[in-house]
Amino acid sequence: MRTVRIKKVTMGILELKQSLTGHKGRVWNVCWHPKGINLASCGEDKTIIIWGLEGPKWVTKMILTEGHSRTIRELAWSPCGNYIASASFDATTAVWDKKSGQFECNSTLEGHEHEVKSVSWSISGQLLATCSRDKSVWVWEVNDDEYDCAAVINSHTQDVKKVRWHPHEEILASASYDNTVKIFKEDIADSDWSCIATLSSHTSTVWSLSWDAVGNRIATCSDDKTIKIWREYKPGNDTGVATPNNESVWKCICTLSGYHTRTIYDIDWCKITGLLVTACGDDIIRIFKEDDNCDSHQPNFTLIYTMDNAHAQDVNCVQWNPTVAGQLASASDDSTVKIWFYSE
Amino acid sequence: MSDAMSENLENINPKLYKKLDAREITAEEHDEDVADEFDAREIFDIIRNINDPEHPLTLEELNVVEQNLIEVDDKRNKVDVKFTPTIPHCSMATLIGLSIRVQLLRALPARFKVSVEISPGTHFSEAAVNKQLADKERVAAALENSMLLGVINQCLAPKN
Repeated sequence: MRTVRIKKVTMGILELKQSLTGHKGRVWNVCWHPKGINLASCGEDKTIIIWGLEGPKWVTKMILTEGHSRTIRELAWSPCGNYIASASFDATTAVWDKKSGQFECNSTLEGHEHEVKSVSWSISGQLLATCSRDKSVWVWEVNDDEYDCAAVINSHTQDVKKVRWHPHEEILASASYDNTVKIFKEDIADSDWSCIATLSSHTSTVWSLSWDAVGNRIATCSDDKTIKIWREYKPGNDTGVATPNNESVWKCICTLSGYHTRTIYDIDWCKITGLLVTACGDDIIRIFKEDDNCDSHQPNFTLIYTMDNAHAQDVNCVQWNPTVAGQLASASDDSTVKIWFYSE
Repeated sequence: MSDAMSENLENINPKLYKKLDAREITAEEHDEDVADEFDAREIFDIIRNINDPEHPLTLEELNVVEQNLIEVDDKRNKVDVKFTPTIPHCSMATLIGLSIRVQLLRALPARFKVSVEISPGTHFSEAAVNKQLADKERVAAALENSMLLGVINQCLAPKN
């Protein structure tokens, strides 16, 4: 006998709170301070703007210039909130600190041969990862404001678009123009970083990825216009998924296709609400929610909100506020940053 | 992209094609009160006089661009251009595509989503070239390369 479940789709609302102007030209990225009190943005104008609340309004608190000679592609606040790392097309990554009271660039990490595309801090703040069009992923060790290269990983065969650390462990994921996502871990025996898993299923560039709150699932988005959800199966898992090298195996357990009409440039998985949000080349912001009571090995996600014309041009980045549930920031080619609030 | 600087001509005697006559401007188009949508002919006029990187000829004269390979949907902000390299192993294909892209980026309102692709079946590395041209991040990085931008600007400069 088949049970027919009637799906209740709750209609929430995504409200535009504020449109922030200040950048000249394309804004590539926004990043929330770990406490959610500030927002940093960057773009082709080679500047970083730090935004903060004054009363009910977001205003420019600081503009950081002269750290980079070309486009700033991405930013990352350290988990302690005292540092900002910026990845640039000028092949360097800058680390800014506010020891003097103002944010200043006191370290420049060099070594990549081409544009640096992404940067990410591990949860301890002791490791930094960068990736580049030169196909490599670098892991840097942080020691008293010194940054030493701990590994250069050449597993990808093309331009690497994104690096993101696991939310609790020193495990790194990267997404590439070679259509794959890779997972890296340090081998304790010889302190060598190596690729422990390759996630293959996307049929074009993987632009971004986001871990879930637990860290055993990853959401990825691609130029193939789909989102994929991947799940980790550890050695000895009771599902019977074989783990031949005694390392975790990652399986694609869900593909969301037919929702996006152009390249999906970014995805973020909210650690508080579990909602997924995407940034798309069709100017739309979409929000997805995992269905209640679905099989955890074959989950379903429902599109619960579509904001048409969220921006006047491509949406490049979306990020949930890490502390304020429902608050969202987006960045676009239309030179604006927008603050949104989603309520169910 | 360094191939673009190559001194050796790959295709020594390209076939020449007849140029289109100048567009006739209708009375309606002169009327400032009539909303004037972009059409394929208008897009063609924007890109037809782009210079080939190696020959003193335009993309129209080499039949690299053709009006009937342009699709425009003004309401949906879509412009799709297909171009045909003169030979299937042309190393200039990416540079030519990039020139078309840049010309359209400069000429069209920002609302347009522009795609530039090789006409299906006319180039050995069609998929790789198309992927490269569709990757806006790599296009943006390429345009920050002053040497490459110089070459593109030469292709786009009107001839005297």
